[in-house]
Amino acid sequence: MTATLTEDVAARYDPTIGLETHVELGTASKMFCGCPATFGAEPNTQVCPVCLGLPGSLPVANAAAVESTVRIGLALNCTIAEWCRFARKNYFYPDMPKNFQISQYDEPLCTDGWLDVEVGGQVVRVGIERVHLEEDTGKTLHVGGATGRIHGADHSLVDYNRAGIPLVEIVTKPVTGTGALAPQVARAYVTELRELLRGLGVSDVRMEQGSLRCDVNVSLSPAGSGVLGTRSETKNVNSLRSVERAVRFEIARQAAVLDAGGRVVQETRHFHEDTGETTPGRSKEEATDYRYFPEPDLVPLAPHPEWVEALRSTLPELPAVRRSRLAERLGATPFEMESMANAGVVDLVASTVDAGASPAEARNWWLGYLTQQANAAGVEPTELAIGPAQVARVIELVADGTLSTGLARQAVGGVLETGADVDTVVAERGLRRVSDVDALAAAVDEAIAAQPDVAEKVRGGKVAAAGALVGVVMKATRGQADPKLVRELVLSRLGAG
Amino acid sequence: MSESGAGITRDEVAHLALLARLAVTDEELDVFAGQLDVILGSVARVQEVAAPEVPPTSHSVPLTNVLRPDVVTPCLDRDAVLAAAPAAEDGRFRVPRILDEEA
Amino acid sequence: MADLTRMTGAELAAVIAAGETSAGEVARAHLDRIGAVDDRVRAFLHVDEEGAMAAARAVDDRRAAGAEPVSPLAGVPLALKDVIVTEGVPTTCGSRILSGWVPPYDAHVTERLKAAGIVVLGKTNMDEFAMGSSTENSAFGPSHNPWDLSRIPGGSSGGSSAAVSAFEAPLGIGTDTGGSIRQPAAVTGIVGHKPTYGGVSRYGLVAFSSSLDQAGPFARTVLDAALLHEAIAGHDPRDSTSINAPVPPVSAAARQGATGDLSGLRVAVVRELSGEGYEPGVEATTRDALARLEKLGATVHEVSCPSFAYALPAYYLIAPSECSSNLARFDGVRYGLRVGDDGTRSLETVMSLTREAGFGPEVKRRIILGTYALSSGYYEAYYGSAQKVRTLIVRDFARAFTGADVLVSPTTPTVAFPIGERVDDPIAMYAADLCTLPASLAGVPAISVPCGLARSKGSGDLPVGLQVMAPALADDRCYRVAAALEADRGGPLTGEAPAL
Repeated sequence: MTATLTEDVAARYDPTIGLETHVELGTASKMFCGCPATFGAEPNTQVCPVCLGLPGSLPVANAAAVESTVRIGLALNCTIAEWCRFARKNYFYPDMPKNFQISQYDEPLCTDGWLDVEVGGQVVRVGIERVHLEEDTGKTLHVGGATGRIHGADHSLVDYNRAGIPLVEIVTKPVTGTGALAPQVARAYVTELRELLRGLGVSDVRMEQGSLRCDVNVSLSPAGSGVLGTRSETKNVNSLRSVERAVRFEIARQAAVLDAGGRVVQETRHFHEDTGETTPGRSKEEATDYRYFPEPDLVPLAPHPEWVEALRSTLPELPAVRRSRLAERLGATPFEMESMANAGVVDLVASTVDAGASPAEARNWWLGYLTQQANAAGVEPTELAIGPAQVARVIELVADGTLSTGLARQAVGGVLETGADVDTVVAERGLRRVSDVDALAAAVDEAIAAQPDVAEKVRGGKVAAAGALVGVVMKATRGQADPKLVRELVLSRLGAG
Repeated sequence: MSESGAGITRDEVAHLALLARLAVTDEELDVFAGQLDVILGSVARVQEVAAPEVPPTSHSVPLTNVLRPDVVTPCLDRDAVLAAAPAAEDGRFRVPRILDEEA
Repeated sequence: MADLTRMTGAELAAVIAAGETSAGEVARAHLDRIGAVDDRVRAFLHVDEEGAMAAARAVDDRRAAGAEPVSPLAGVPLALKDVIVTEGVPTTCGSRILSGWVPPYDAHVTERLKAAGIVVLGKTNMDEFAMGSSTENSAFGPSHNPWDLSRIPGGSSGGSSAAVSAFEAPLGIGTDTGGSIRQPAAVTGIVGHKPTYGGVSRYGLVAFSSSLDQAGPFARTVLDAALLHEAIAGHDPRDSTSINAPVPPVSAAARQGATGDLSGLRVAVVRELSGEGYEPGVEATTRDALARLEKLGATVHEVSCPSFAYALPAYYLIAPSECSSNLARFDGVRYGLRVGDDGTRSLETVMSLTREAGFGPEVKRRIILGTYALSSGYYEAYYGSAQKVRTLIVRDFARAFTGADVLVSPTTPTVAFPIGERVDDPIAMYAADLCTLPASLAGVPAISVPCGLARSKGSGDLPVGLQVMAPALADDRCYRVAAALEADRGGPLTGEAPAL
């Protein structure tokens, strides 16, 4: 699926996208009981009568979860409900102990907000339909099938540790008018939302761990017709890249269906990481009737206006505002800011500048070598063993000539490996650039002796050929020689400098 | 489905039983359909007085904002929990194969 | 010493505290009584002899150590409805789907009983998941009315009510959703009270209809019921619908009422809770009771609450709707019965077979009805409309209480009917709740107190109960009026019961 294909489709169809995001809140305890809400415990060790749904158990709402939801709503410019209720969503599934989920239906806590995202230098305002609070389900393992998936499984095993963890659902309004940029807009929205949630401190928003989950809705309508098409819902979109790929695939798939004169089916689809494709999920002819009704075991929420305003006044600076302030400070163009935001390194770059580095160098390091290292290790840049202060030190050592770029990378590599600080690594590994002429003279003479043909060429005036000799010396000195000095020495030795 | 107050058919009862995960027998279906039809006819009377301007009451106790602090409290012992399970494996509840895809 | 099983709870607590007898002897006497009569009354599903004797021993040890009794009911035996969760003791809710289930935790009510030194003798029979008015919906067979063993003891708390009426325990705990404490109390000739909704924590009360369920006391005397009420009532942070306010002063009100002075009390009789379907004997006995109240100084007038005529249909939409959701958890996955898991079937099939085998017909009917009433397209017409009727009923109560301190009616339209008479006619069975439903829907407190005897179609004398309703949190008014009536009649009705 290439960008040009999407552009071609966008000329004939207007894509509409929508995103539903589920955020696991980082509270200490679960939504309706005091069991710990931490990740990774032995199965069924973080359960109690309430989150197991034992007969006679009753839910009691977590105050911190309500507060976090209101803060999310405020940060998304929503209206906070003056009075609202929880509702039961009734359906049978083994990961739901009560066979109903306590959620919110027609009275969500927050409604009608927006989040601005920047794509290709333009601002797109993504409308927020609602933000509501609910409880997460347990986890099911399918045993006996080929891939651990549900099809062909012999039986399943259920762990309720996750059941009852607070979940905030954020639903966008349909986003239209994005044309060929729809996939990028979708990705930018999730990226920006993730930044915002991280800044609020309400969740660790790790898509790969499931604390941020995304469903994408896509529909196409014939260009200019204004008639909304039938939408598909795609689940299992577990990374920012997958968001973009899923939207792109769906646009192409639906266009192909419509081009062939067919009808797009309203269905739930599953995204496949390995192929970038979506496939149909369960084939249900009709939508499930969840028989929602107000949760009788919980009383209504009526957030006091003064309390809401107090929360609003303590919201942290929103990512967009911060970025604009930082862009100025870092002297970065919007495109550069966008690159840094996409890579999740804005704060890191800013801190590196705070520690004394130049904005350009800080950007280069974080966007380049360090992002590569993070990707290779499968972690976020913020999780690397080297931090902004140390990166600033590396930059300083390059600037003052102690390290070449190559040596600097070795030094950083050493820090990542050992966790020691830069200066220690440089000292222990002897990474200083060698600039002593006498020390280099021997190496230069050896190289000339080993490559007589090259040496002849240089003597004959082919100065460029000196590069090969410089390379030999660099190799012999394990990269520690100052390449400029080596080149000068080579040329002078051969009477060409 | 039938109009409100117009009763309930055997097919509708069968569909509802499916939704409610009740494998009712044919004899039960016949009996239930008849009984439910009568019951529905009698309870449909609520529509006589349920005027649009009357607000619904979901809670007879006028409480709001009952919340608990975000504090961890003791959990149940896993062995006690799984001891009650009809089937367990590897510290988890074991169930037969699930037919449908996850919600 | 007089027969320990004929004494009231307050009397037993006093003689235990005075050292005239031990809690162990009291428990033993009641266990023996159960042994002697329960094969005919069938009140108990599970007698916990070991637990009871241990609880009694704890009371006796405490006294021996010189400490004061932990409560005014320390050492008094009690019959606990099997819908209340008890740690380590089987809890079935009268259903096959929970046979063998042993809860890993105690209900709030259970904790309070233990803390009060009350000796729980065992778990009593009930209509399955509290749905019914006769205990005939129990998966384990009905209980029998001690006044006439061929008749129902009422329901759904018929087991606890029969146990107290048969002198198997002086105290009982039931739960009331549409009348399930009050109606059994009326037909077995004892006192039963449904507290203000939110007055007693529902934590550990297996839910039938969450917005209506309340646990409450049974006893042969009003004072005993009041003391038991005080033992279990009060705020519980584990129940979000639990009221955070002081417990109404019910035992003080009971004592005050027993002095027989009701001057200044305004009593209103609800016009709509009479007439067709009400047995003449019941209405006559009710009129007698009202005459007594007037003699004691109360003024009695009539009030009309037109929306009460819609209480039955509203209830039979709200309760089944809530229960269809509350009972969804019984699916054979985590506890209880699992049927049909032979390795070839899907989970959905096993769940359906389990629920088919585990639930009785009334429960299935209500689940299906509730599923229907909540369906999209039907919600407004059924559940939504029923919630509006609830508002109208709340308003009618509010209006009536501007001119009256309490509202009264018969507790139930008939005396105890024969076992088997209404079992195949759900609508006829539902009619037993006609008088009790309005107070349930409005969440206001209501007591049933014995007010006399009446006969019906060839029966012997059978008990009749008067229902006294009060505004929310004014439970004390119910007890005051009930105590006055009881004192005027010369004491509890059960003194007149035929010997078992």
